[in-house]
Amino acid sequence: MISKFKKRKLINYFNLSASIVVTAFGLVMLAWILTVLFGKGFQHINWAVFTQMTPPPGASGGLINAIVGTLLITFFAVLIGTPIGLMAGTYLAEFGGKSRFSSAVRFINDVLLSAPSIVVGVFVYAILVKPQGHFSGWAGAIALSILVIPVVLRTTEDMLKLVPVQMREAAAALGAPRYKVTIDIVYKAALSGMFTGLLLATARIMGETAPLLFTGLNNQFWSLDMNQPMANMPVVIYQYALSPYEDWQNLAWAAALLITISVLVMNIIARYSLKQPSSR
Amino acid sequence: MSATEKDINAHLHTQSAGVIWDKVFKGTSFAFAAMVLIVMLAIMVMLFKEAWPTFAHFGFSFLYTSEWDVVNDKFGALVPIVGTLVTSLIAILIGVPVSFGIAIFISLMAPSWLKRPIGIAIELLAAVPSIIYGMWGLFYFAPWFANTIQPFMTENLGGVPFIGQFFQGPPIGVSIFTAGFVLAIMIIPFIASIMRDMFDVVPTALKESAYAMGSTTWEVVWKVILPYTKAGVIGGIMLGLGRAMGETMAVAFVVGNSLELNTGLFYPGATIASTMANEFNEASGLHMSSLIALGFMLFVITFLVLSLAKWFLLRLEKSQQGDET
Amino acid sequence: MTTQTMTDQTQPENSGMGFKMANALKQTEERTKLLEKKDSVRLVDSPRLDIRDLSFFYGKFKALHNINMQIPDKQVTAFIGPSGCGKSTLLRIFNRIFDLYPGQRTEGQILLDNNDILSSKVDVNMLRAKIGMVFQKPTPFPMSIYDNVAFGVRLYENLSKSELNDRVEWALQRAALWGEVSDKLNQSGAALSGGQQQRLCIARGIAVKPEVLLLDEPTSALDPISTTKIEELVHELKSDFTIAIVTHNMQQAARVSDYTAFMYLGKLVEYDHTDIIFTNPGRKETEDYITGRFG
Repeated sequence: MISKFKKRKLINYFNLSASIVVTAFGLVMLAWILTVLFGKGFQHINWAVFTQMTPPPGASGGLINAIVGTLLITFFAVLIGTPIGLMAGTYLAEFGGKSRFSSAVRFINDVLLSAPSIVVGVFVYAILVKPQGHFSGWAGAIALSILVIPVVLRTTEDMLKLVPVQMREAAAALGAPRYKVTIDIVYKAALSGMFTGLLLATARIMGETAPLLFTGLNNQFWSLDMNQPMANMPVVIYQYALSPYEDWQNLAWAAALLITISVLVMNIIARYSLKQPSSR
Repeated sequence: MSATEKDINAHLHTQSAGVIWDKVFKGTSFAFAAMVLIVMLAIMVMLFKEAWPTFAHFGFSFLYTSEWDVVNDKFGALVPIVGTLVTSLIAILIGVPVSFGIAIFISLMAPSWLKRPIGIAIELLAAVPSIIYGMWGLFYFAPWFANTIQPFMTENLGGVPFIGQFFQGPPIGVSIFTAGFVLAIMIIPFIASIMRDMFDVVPTALKESAYAMGSTTWEVVWKVILPYTKAGVIGGIMLGLGRAMGETMAVAFVVGNSLELNTGLFYPGATIASTMANEFNEASGLHMSSLIALGFMLFVITFLVLSLAKWFLLRLEKSQQGDET
Repeated sequence: MTTQTMTDQTQPENSGMGFKMANALKQTEERTKLLEKKDSVRLVDSPRLDIRDLSFFYGKFKALHNINMQIPDKQVTAFIGPSGCGKSTLLRIFNRIFDLYPGQRTEGQILLDNNDILSSKVDVNMLRAKIGMVFQKPTPFPMSIYDNVAFGVRLYENLSKSELNDRVEWALQRAALWGEVSDKLNQSGAALSGGQQQRLCIARGIAVKPEVLLLDEPTSALDPISTTKIEELVHELKSDFTIAIVTHNMQQAARVSDYTAFMYLGKLVEYDHTDIIFTNPGRKETEDYITGRFG
């Protein structure tokens, strides 16, 4: 009796200690990554980063064209992907129910949600870049928009489903047609949640590199033409970090930090805006 | 009376603009929902079409031959496929126990003032772009690993019969093992936060009943919480596995990008995604087709893993509904 | 007969023979009067809704069996019965809110001024504008108090700003809420208390000036004081509207309604003047339910 009790206690003690150790290990690794990122990044962020173009090999320069390129590509990707995800999510939450069609859409959406982004890049390469014969900002934006759709769809459906059925019935009982119920009442009630989805989608694609490698590629120069190859942060990071030039590597760290900060800030805003309605 | 009747008749039977807009709204949203299926189908079809020259040329031997010779147009996908599976396996072997420990710590052991900060930190880290993990792996982890842990492991384990061969390789840091490790670090926040969420929804009454029987914390975890959340936890691990297999950037930096077949985990290797990222922009003809064929394989593999994950999660939902009724 | 015996038992012990006689006489008189009334009830004088052989199905499950009844104009009709008896289901047919869900369907007819509202040709939105509904849980929309009340009005009427203001005030007055919210019309409806929210929903429902107002257990989520207010309101409102109320609270039915329908297992067991249902029910099931001797 006593020995069995001792053994149980020992196992408990050992395993719980182990989980403290692995937690510490995980946190140390993650802290290491962040320390490196912030240390290296801040060291190389300066005024030039925001004012000068990406430099030729070996020279120093900035990231302004890549920053603008990323903003443009991201903006258009969100602009294209959001309405699709929003409307599809609306269909699933408001009309789809448990039909086989909506189950299929839900399942495929989950697949797209975690599909390898590089495959999406290859797909857009095949349908746009190859026929056109050149890389372009549009191809990049469309590739990223395919990554936006599942995130927006998922959050839209989840958030709309949180709106109580009684609210819809009450609006319908006043004689509001279905589309008015959805737009005037349900969207309004789920607004902050849907906004969160939008932010999460933006955060998700901002740091995506793989799809842009085959679509938007890169551009050494200033360009706002979405029909041409366009400089963007992730590809700059990839190319510069793997280059042998120290100036380029430093710029890669600066770009990495900028991207990470943007992504984290968006995630924090997303969490905060989601917290709002429940606390009210 | 008849006037009112007429009036109401007219009113009730006029299909108002609302009815038409309802149809438009529903139809539009349906079309966009269908678009999700169409995109998926289009990806499958386009990839297969572009990969067809390779499949036609090499047949099934594409899957099990290891020669990848760009100059002579000979392509076999064995090395990147094995590389993808092995790096993902390493990531899961390291990542899952660590995530499990972290989830236990946050959910059951941490004092309440520590719960939220660690939880939020973990969730935010899940959002850090994967390319950052790659850069860290290449510039910091790999050199450190090559100078400290790797020689130690090679020295002590390299001589052991059979398993010794796995611990061979040049001390350059970039290797299959490093890629697996970096992937593990990348998926830890993801899996840990899923597990934490799962553990948190276990009813308090259930946990308290187990404690009331004299169970230790570990016994509560192992015999009550884990069985209760089994399907969800496995689903979460599968999603993590899917991520690891499809990841490009974190791997491309540290895997070494070598298409030689080696048994040693410390040799440079390649995964499907890293090979594509590395060679795509210089490829043409059969080479390009083979790279897309690789992408097609990757899509199929992740599709299977995700389907499995979904199936587990569905089972969880069903079993929970079963509990309620 | 049962009522007779029961009343006898409750008579004071010391009452004399004569008193007993007089009492019995009076009772017989009352009974005759009620029974006379009862016969006339079969034809409600001016029905607003005429329900003919109505059945309802959730998929294959038949939830309502061949209901026949008439809902009188500008009166309060209460629906009582144990939970699951189909009283809410019946109410939800009157404005076809069930249409929102696939797989639910009806058989039979409901005539609103000789016009079958269950016909597929009817525009359900227009119908719902004529037959308003208030639900069990208060459902303020995520907008200001003013916009909540104006929501339905804006759907069907093009009123000028001042006309709309007047209508909103009128509705809030009728719902006995104006005094409490007149100075905070721009605040969110969700900020009100539960009872106020429910009166807001009633105001929202009557603002469109419907012909019929359906109340689906409107007080079951409210405290006693709010409940009293709503009941008083129902009394007030019947001068303008035909009201149908579902309640699981028998005292409430007795207090607020003119007619009461008792339902059980998807069937309309008994339908009569409220005072008859509560003092002299014709069916054993009704009596058992009312006296709390149920199942």
